[in-house]
Amino acid sequence: MTEVSGLEALHPGTLDCVHCGMCLTSCPTYQVTGRETSSPRGRVYLLRGVAEGEIPLAETLAEEAYLCLGCRACETACPSGVAFGSLLEQARSVVDRAGLRRGWAKRIEQFALRTVVPRPRVLHGLLGAVSVAQRLGLDRLVLPWLPRRWREMHGLLPRIPAASERRRLPEVTPAIGEQRGRVAFFEGCIMPEVFGAMNRATVRVLASQGFEVVVPAAQRCCGALQAHAGELELATELARANVIAFGQAGAQGDAPENAPGTASATAPATGFDAIVVNSAGCGAALRELDHWIGDEGAPLAGQVRDVCEFLDQVGMRGTPRPLSKRVAYDDPCHLIHAQGVADAPRRLLEAIPELELVAHQDPAGCCGAAGIYNLTHPEMSAAILAKKLDALEAARPAIIATGNPGCLMQLQAGAQSRGMNVRLAHPIELLAETL
Amino acid sequence: MGPTPNPSSLEASLRDVVGADQVLTRPEELFVYEVDGLTHHSARPRAVVLPATTEEVARVVKVCRRHEVPFVPRGAGTGLSGGALALGRGVIIECARMNSILQIEPEDRYAVVQPGVVNTDLSKAVLHHGLFYAPDPSSQLVCTLGGNVAENSGGPHTLKYGTTTDHVLALELVLPDGSVVRLGSPSGWPAGYDLVGAVVGSEGTLGVVTEATVRLSPIPERTETLLGIFPDVVSACRAVGAIIRSGLVPAAMEIVDRRTIEAVEASVYAAGLPTDAGAVLIMELDGAAVAVGAQAERTRALSLAEGARDVQVARDEQERQRFWRARKGAFGAMGRLAPDLYVNDAVVPRRKLPEILEAVCAIGDRLGLRLSNVFHAGDGNLHPNISFDRRDADELARVLQAGEEILRLCVEAGGVISGEHGIGTEKREYMGLLFSDDDLEAMKKLRAAFDPTLACNPGKLFPTTRICFEANPKARGYDQVPFE
Repeated sequence: MTEVSGLEALHPGTLDCVHCGMCLTSCPTYQVTGRETSSPRGRVYLLRGVAEGEIPLAETLAEEAYLCLGCRACETACPSGVAFGSLLEQARSVVDRAGLRRGWAKRIEQFALRTVVPRPRVLHGLLGAVSVAQRLGLDRLVLPWLPRRWREMHGLLPRIPAASERRRLPEVTPAIGEQRGRVAFFEGCIMPEVFGAMNRATVRVLASQGFEVVVPAAQRCCGALQAHAGELELATELARANVIAFGQAGAQGDAPENAPGTASATAPATGFDAIVVNSAGCGAALRELDHWIGDEGAPLAGQVRDVCEFLDQVGMRGTPRPLSKRVAYDDPCHLIHAQGVADAPRRLLEAIPELELVAHQDPAGCCGAAGIYNLTHPEMSAAILAKKLDALEAARPAIIATGNPGCLMQLQAGAQSRGMNVRLAHPIELLAETL
Repeated sequence: MGPTPNPSSLEASLRDVVGADQVLTRPEELFVYEVDGLTHHSARPRAVVLPATTEEVARVVKVCRRHEVPFVPRGAGTGLSGGALALGRGVIIECARMNSILQIEPEDRYAVVQPGVVNTDLSKAVLHHGLFYAPDPSSQLVCTLGGNVAENSGGPHTLKYGTTTDHVLALELVLPDGSVVRLGSPSGWPAGYDLVGAVVGSEGTLGVVTEATVRLSPIPERTETLLGIFPDVVSACRAVGAIIRSGLVPAAMEIVDRRTIEAVEASVYAAGLPTDAGAVLIMELDGAAVAVGAQAERTRALSLAEGARDVQVARDEQERQRFWRARKGAFGAMGRLAPDLYVNDAVVPRRKLPEILEAVCAIGDRLGLRLSNVFHAGDGNLHPNISFDRRDADELARVLQAGEEILRLCVEAGGVISGEHGIGTEKREYMGLLFSDDDLEAMKKLRAAFDPTLACNPGKLFPTTRICFEANPKARGYDQVPFE
């Protein structure tokens, strides 16, 4: 067997698996296929086998490395502490370097992840064009002539807001009322373009709670999508840029006052009380920056908080206005499994008077979005989404709340295709509406 | 992609039955199916097939028979005795896709399930009727009922509720000739030989179970879970004896020793168990609300009298679940210590628990092994866990030696060699410790009545004359063992 770089590095991580199988039923792809090869335990065994030279690095590993959604539900289930997310990133990198991944999915992904997503101007321009096309109905005009895959992709595309909605956030938003601290906000790459309203809601809620909100202009895409796709070099580059951006922005301001109820009593590493993120995928990646760039990333990583987690920790001031709705909360995988945040959003929602928080059967299961998985694996994604929608539909919510843009888009498209009369919202939007 | 299709080949015939998607034949895919929960035994199958219906299973079995290839049913592959290994380059019949609950009869208190239904999923599905499925192996979040039937699985609540065999009323079985038979009835075994009893625990050697009718039990009105904290394992064992002697019938009594506590507390299943305790004893009492409170109080007093430093009572359902998650995640949590874990499974008379436990630990210490104990103390069912690395041939040899010494010790004390994990490939050579040649011959005759060609899960349960695995660190060579 030819020496493949990366295999040696990932081998120790595979030894953490004791083969107990407690991960099996947590895995969305195992649930659909019933195959050991499509289970976390099977995938770790496969990786170990390849790393130990028992089996060749071949198409099964290449397929499984990408059939896995990277939801990391297996990490929540694993008693032995296998760092599956990290193993997966390394496995994908190995598969890519061995030239085992070809075809249109790879090409689209590379274009999106290398050229579009990390470059705000390109992304803004491209989505601007899409927005205009959507407004004029041009997309529907050409749709019938497009290949099937393109038509499916179109179905998943959200409505891109007008340019006025896609403006950047102010670099500093002052605290309202008595100041409790100073936080940085990580706005993300796709969030400001597609979910600008959500970002503005986040800043509004943070300011209302007495936090000055700084949005460093030099911040970049978090690198999560690139890392998940095995593009570890690009992810590393973005990670370093963010460490510098947040470090510099933090150093410019005054040292935060330790007013009662601030996030941290000790001197914060970046000069902020916290780096607040409202996208679960970005939050998970930023929290693990040290996995990519070592100690250099630790200070930033250690300060990252999901917006709901942060607000729950510092405590909301005052009583929200009532919102008389049935709300089902759905856990984003990268919030519950990768960041261990499950109760905070529920507590915040429950504190809204008259809001009825309803449980459903599958809150912690993946919705099948997983970055661009719904484009690369439409059938598996649809099967996973169907299970999620069955559970949500049975709970009959008026609003489905979840804190990740990919999940919001996926669930929105799914709910629409089923004709469900339901609104999709980030929990922070509901908090903003009840201020 | 694959080899040129040969319409008369085994693989092609299997594809005809279940469709090309549901037959796995790539070397890497077969590699993944070479082990179950017992990692130091392995055997690569010739193919893996995933049928969806009884009819497909029957046709798959007929194809195997026509090609003279052995076959083995498999569920989630969490078994700990190598029961799901396909010896003799056999075909694995993976039942995970047959996961429907076919019928629930709350009034008659039974459910009809396919073999791939996950143990806890059944309890979840009948919860709203106030019922549950009682056998609860530690792997119940993932293991399948088909596998439970094959291995006669137990679990912590075996103490009060019995093992799987006490909860199976009827079975549908594909016999090794491909015919389908139904054994038993929802009303219980009508008369004559108890064939359902013969199939439960037969480790897949009598046929492939394709449907099971299982008993459902009413959820007790009240459950109290206590956590006794003891200075050492021996005093915890003595408390178990005292509680049983007093006439109480707890639903479960489980001991977790210090080394296991440390591993669990470092894992996602951490329950806040005190890491400075020598052992904790989880005790559960359930039944009528009026009785349980007083019983829990007596249990508490008895534990304190036997030297418990403290006895905590779970304040709510959440805390109760946390205690149990810690217990049930213990096996996996041991993965934090080493890449492999060998779980021994022997039973001794309860009164001998304290001395046997000491002797077991001495064996581990003498052989320089990392041995810990987490076990069903109420049943006298030991689970000495040995953490090791199968790539270390010397360590593996010591693990196997310890396993054998522990089994001999338990048998000499009047015990048996398996409480709930089965014999499989793991303990087949030790059957002679318990059974005479005549006993084994009688068992073989029963088996031959179902499976005259010995094609169904060969190489399990019965001793072979050749042992060729101990010298090999990965125990390859299992597939060379003739299946009769």
